[in-house]
Amino acid sequence: MEELLKVENLKKVFKLSSKQQKLERTKEKTKIAVNEISFEAYKGEVFGLLGPNGAGKTTTLRMLATLIKPDSGDAFINGTSLVKNPEAVREKIGFLTSELKLEEFFTPNYLFDFFSELHKVPDDVRDERKKMLFELFGISKFAEVKVADLSTGMKQKISLAISIVHDPDIIIFDEPTNGLDVLTAKVVTDFIATLKEQGKTVIVSTHIFSLIEKVCDRVGIIIDGRMIQCDTLDNIKDGLSLEDRFFEIYKENVKEEI
Amino acid sequence: MKNAIFTIMKKELRRFFGDKRMVFSTIIMPGLMVFIMYTFMGDAMSKQFSVDDKFSPKVEAVNMPADVAGMAKEMGMKVKDIPSDKLDGSKKKVSDKKLDLCIKFDDDFAANVASYDCTKGGTAPQVSVYYNSSSTESETSFNKMTNLLDMYESQMANKFDVNSDVNGTYDVATKEDTTGMVMSMMMPMLLLVFLFSACMSVGTESIAGEKERGTIATMLITPISRGNIALGKIIALSFIALLSGASSTIGTMLSIPSMMVGAEESVKSDAYGVETYVVLALVILSTVLVIVTLISIVSAFARTTKEAQTYVTPFMILVVLIGVSCMLGKGAQKDIYMYAIPLYNSVQCMVGIFSFKIVLSHIIVTIAANIACTGIGVFVLTRMFNSEKIMFN
Repeated sequence: MEELLKVENLKKVFKLSSKQQKLERTKEKTKIAVNEISFEAYKGEVFGLLGPNGAGKTTTLRMLATLIKPDSGDAFINGTSLVKNPEAVREKIGFLTSELKLEEFFTPNYLFDFFSELHKVPDDVRDERKKMLFELFGISKFAEVKVADLSTGMKQKISLAISIVHDPDIIIFDEPTNGLDVLTAKVVTDFIATLKEQGKTVIVSTHIFSLIEKVCDRVGIIIDGRMIQCDTLDNIKDGLSLEDRFFEIYKENVKEEI
Repeated sequence: MKNAIFTIMKKELRRFFGDKRMVFSTIIMPGLMVFIMYTFMGDAMSKQFSVDDKFSPKVEAVNMPADVAGMAKEMGMKVKDIPSDKLDGSKKKVSDKKLDLCIKFDDDFAANVASYDCTKGGTAPQVSVYYNSSSTESETSFNKMTNLLDMYESQMANKFDVNSDVNGTYDVATKEDTTGMVMSMMMPMLLLVFLFSACMSVGTESIAGEKERGTIATMLITPISRGNIALGKIIALSFIALLSGASSTIGTMLSIPSMMVGAEESVKSDAYGVETYVVLALVILSTVLVIVTLISIVSAFARTTKEAQTYVTPFMILVVLIGVSCMLGKGAQKDIYMYAIPLYNSVQCMVGIFSFKIVLSHIIVTIAANIACTGIGVFVLTRMFNSEKIMFN
């Protein structure tokens, strides 16, 4: 299988403010958010990052999306180093997270065109892609309505479409179904399956077991910034349900009571 | 690269011009408010410090000589003779603003004046004029009366006349001189403040506002360079700030006749030629670039628009102080190195431009310094856009 993403010993340390020290109940001035994580993802594969809140999933994905820089380690998107050439990496990836917002003043139609221009998508390709994606997500009927006037689900559909305006090889979804109603969540889940069928590589971070079981080929379990296990979904489950297996792994690695 | 800058610019301008309320409050409102405010202030001040043309001062006088009374009547004063024991009552009326003036001449004033020899010394005959400075009418009456008494004194000992030809022109200042003096004292400060205010509202919204709303991060994950994002924003914001500044300037120009009561004919904004306005526009453009860059950098530090405006406020005070410097100096700075100081150089250039003393080397140094400063600012802003601590603090 063709390796599209290779993550090598990514590490990220955050300085803690005194307020954060109190919240974390620690006297340490720094926190290792991601501790030398490594994994690979292959063409046409959906790779899931599973872990509790604060485990380091989002930080890992933010590094992969070049929003923040790793303190050490590197990742290679189709051979391009994100440390050495972040702009080239941005051309190859699509990133969707609730952290990224759309300008509420604009319409979905304008935003799609705007981000297509930033990704240097030719006009004819853009129009064709817009038609396809707007139909797929049912955006056409509110394409000229300002984002401010749309529901959370509609906004998420627009964000989805915009994150892949440039038809990237690797698409990174951070908690893609969080806060969505069941219908929109299904649209997102189905879309991930469609991307897989198209041969795209998808990285999904979530703490929703059903989403992982439904779409992922391989899974990495992150706890306290460390990659505890990284294997195929079946190997990780080891005959149990993913939920039961996850809690077993969690208990083995965390001293605290759940 | 050029396309990316243009795309960011288009988006910023579309965002601004698509919002009618923003266009009204940033471009139309400042000019309108400045015009209304200055016109109102000018009218109010002229009413405050001038009296009706038909105003006839009411005067009560003790021992006023007949020839002085005749002159007073000619000047439109209504003089009433009163005995000296009623002087205190008259003073009370002036204090109560029921009378404009009361005046007391010494007993036998005319005879004492005729016999007084100033070369021998001694106390000269006395005239006491009582007035109320809190009343415009009383103050005007006092001025008329003292002028009249000066004339009376001159008539009695006329040895020479000063500027006696009523049709002669003794003030040799041209309209250009007067316009230059007034405009160079007032306009640089006003322009700088208007431009800064305009940049302040749009700059903080565009940078800190986007951070606050989380929309800037969406742009940061696109393949365009962060320098292009910074440059695109700065150019678009400068354009908007220029429009806003132009609106305020037009408002000021239109309200000048109301502000300069009595000098409307001397102070003319059309005294300046096209070339002057072109040079002024170049200086203003480079100034706006500096201001927008400065505000963008300060805004990038802030987490919210409100926080950004708090950070920018001290700079506003600094700008006002720099603007005031043009009112204190005697014309534009002559030392060329002073034109390398951003913002101060703009004010000094504008002083030179408005006083019809354009020095090309000053203009060139100013524009070059401002562009260099903008370049450094764009570099700093790009670094800030690259800094996760600043962008995601």
